[in-house]
Amino acid sequence: MFHDADALFLARIQFGFTISFHFIFPSFSIGLASFLAVLEGLWLKTGKAVYVDLYKYWLKIFAVVFAMGVVSGIVMSYQFGTNWAVFSDRAGPVVGPLMAYEVLTAFFLEAGFLGVMLFGMKKVGKRLHFFATLMVAVGTFISAFWILSVNSWMQTPAGFSTNSAGQFVPAAGWLPIIFNPSFPYRLVHTVIAAYLTTALAVGAAGAWHLLRDSKHEHARKMFSMAMWMAALVAPVQIFVGDQHGLNTLEHQPAKIMAMEGHYQSHEKGAPLILFGIPNDEEQRMEHAIEIPRLGSLILKHDLDAPIAGLDTIAPENRPQAKVIFWSFRVMVGLGFLMLALGACSLLARLRGRLYDWRWLKRFAVLMGPAGFIAVIAGWITTEVGRQPFTVYGLLRTAESASPLAAPAVGASLVAFVIVYFAVFGLGSGYLLKLMSRAPQPHEPEPANAPAHAAGITPAQALAGGRAETTHG
Amino acid sequence: MADPVLTIIWGGILAFAVFMYVVMDGFDLGIGILFSTMQVGRQRDTAMNSIAPVWDGNETWLVLGGGGLLAAFPLAYSIIMSALYAPLIAMLLALVFRGVAFEFRWRDPGHRAFWDFAFTGGSFLAALTQGIMLGALLQGVQVEGRAYAGGWWDWLTPFSVLTGASVVTGYALLGACWLNWKTDGGTQVRARRLIRVLAPLTLLAIVAVSLATPFLGNQYFQRWFSMPRVLFTAQVPLVIAILTWRFARSLRPNHELAPFVLTIAVFGLAFVGLGISMYPYLVPNSITLDMAAAPASSQGFMLVGAAVLVPLILAYTAWSYWVFRGKVAHEGYH
Repeated sequence: MFHDADALFLARIQFGFTISFHFIFPSFSIGLASFLAVLEGLWLKTGKAVYVDLYKYWLKIFAVVFAMGVVSGIVMSYQFGTNWAVFSDRAGPVVGPLMAYEVLTAFFLEAGFLGVMLFGMKKVGKRLHFFATLMVAVGTFISAFWILSVNSWMQTPAGFSTNSAGQFVPAAGWLPIIFNPSFPYRLVHTVIAAYLTTALAVGAAGAWHLLRDSKHEHARKMFSMAMWMAALVAPVQIFVGDQHGLNTLEHQPAKIMAMEGHYQSHEKGAPLILFGIPNDEEQRMEHAIEIPRLGSLILKHDLDAPIAGLDTIAPENRPQAKVIFWSFRVMVGLGFLMLALGACSLLARLRGRLYDWRWLKRFAVLMGPAGFIAVIAGWITTEVGRQPFTVYGLLRTAESASPLAAPAVGASLVAFVIVYFAVFGLGSGYLLKLMSRAPQPHEPEPANAPAHAAGITPAQALAGGRAETTHG
Repeated sequence: MADPVLTIIWGGILAFAVFMYVVMDGFDLGIGILFSTMQVGRQRDTAMNSIAPVWDGNETWLVLGGGGLLAAFPLAYSIIMSALYAPLIAMLLALVFRGVAFEFRWRDPGHRAFWDFAFTGGSFLAALTQGIMLGALLQGVQVEGRAYAGGWWDWLTPFSVLTGASVVTGYALLGACWLNWKTDGGTQVRARRLIRVLAPLTLLAIVAVSLATPFLGNQYFQRWFSMPRVLFTAQVPLVIAILTWRFARSLRPNHELAPFVLTIAVFGLAFVGLGISMYPYLVPNSITLDMAAAPASSQGFMLVGAAVLVPLILAYTAWSYWVFRGKVAHEGYH
């Protein structure tokens, strides 16, 4: 079309920026919604107050996370059209219905039951309220299902043909489109990532309060639950990540080459490059620190297997190793740190010292943001690794953009950057503030619950989360 | 590839989604617009609490409108979103501010004044840009081949400013009517006073937009005034006149729900009027429903889901409203 390279680059930055910011919130709210459902379920089953206190404590945090996820998500549903008009026109008949299903099956479900979940504890019975929580949790999962199906189809398109207008259209039936080759792997890997991210954030909050008071009942409970999650799920995630990688090797080998920094092909046994400085211009790895043959072992599960490099890919189809070589290492490195945290917590638990080892609690606090960073790093790896295509191998990114002038895209990008950093920066500050206050016995409900629902006066509501509810 | 029956059905479903959005987020945004006229403390808290449990669901209709347009009419989506680039991005950012204010306002009492401003400013800007986009679409956009071919400020004209102001006024009226229904005491008294100002203004706006539209070209004049169409189209202003008369009579103290329902009915007729002006075009003069339609396999696949899910969505949305039925706060609770 008529756009120039600058407008294209700015449009890519804008999409990457808005979606990276957005992705932080669902990766927290997917896990948190399930955590809340578990807490409320345990409360209904055991009747123990600690569960309902923790429920109300994390519910307030969930409300803030969810609100930020909603508003940043609405932006995404329009970004396709504003900046990627040609992609929307050509891929719309395939990806559009999947996104419409996300709205119909997930967004309405979440939104419809969110009000009752947040403000309805005294308006409906316990079981009905639990049902509302479950529906919100199920909604977050269904949402992940559809949007990851869309994303996976862009990575590994299947089940389509093209019509005379150049549009991708369904060839025969929707199952091959929905369950395209990379979808099952991406779905499992991403949903586990959300659970792990939440576990680390919950664990960090628990550890933070245990550092102040190692006898704190509520902090102990959430720390223990989170550490179980980390210990059990981190190894599963590493296994699933490996499987996802093998799937990518099969369908998008160039992405793996760039992730591994394999510019050159190796006929017999490729090394594993631990670190190095990727030089995309000259297509070589500088200052590489490598372990011979380990690359073949990991990718092909065979020490001597040949590994093709980026030199086998046409130059105009190569992704940028300088970005995803690093983002991949950040993700994997954090994954192994999560594994270590889980293992240490198991050791402490076996010795009966889970709440005593200060270094373990400090470690858990430091790992609080690790899940978010790993999720974004993984996202960058898979998305930048898809370049230079939007629909892998079929539709180039350069051909996908709206016919926009650089100043229009640049101005909107600046607006997004300013607003997002200000609004979501403050929002993250509020989240930390909420988490820095320890959960209490008789934890109050969200302070802004409508007066008729929670029975609190506006004056108390204004005093923030510290206000005790006055029923009556 | 595209099926004419499915295309009409999807045009109808999208029109329904947009109308649901306009009514439901309309009163939410209207409350935001009126927020600065309310007293800090009880009045503002009550007004915001009256929509806190439902605003998210209301806004989801906007996502269905955007997502549904992409899925059912991808070509129209790609052209419209590019043509309305600046007001659309302004609307999205405005909705960010107004959405987070629901939570942030309570989390940060020290900056309540700022978040109140974000809430009211975000609501105002979202309503204004939505109205501007409506006007920009009605006046037509320049298309070449399968792409938008106009400039970045084409959307800004006196007509689009008029539609922008009209939507702000109309949303504010909806918001005031909602508050009249859902609150009591001082908040309700204020809402009633606002209705008496906003209702005539909204009527004036509808008349002004209706008078200006036929002269925009785009065959609007023929679609309204050619025989025998005029026999049908003339009913629209007639019914609006009847509803306005009913509305004026409903402004007595014992009617609380009636003004809200009647305002929605007037919105519905204005919406029918827009349909008369636009049909069969999605982008006036250039892209019809049929031209933009996705293949039958895409529309059919979605229709299966929509036929089952939209009634279900309406059911649990109604349930959620029912859970939070009644007046929001009781006067003299302190």
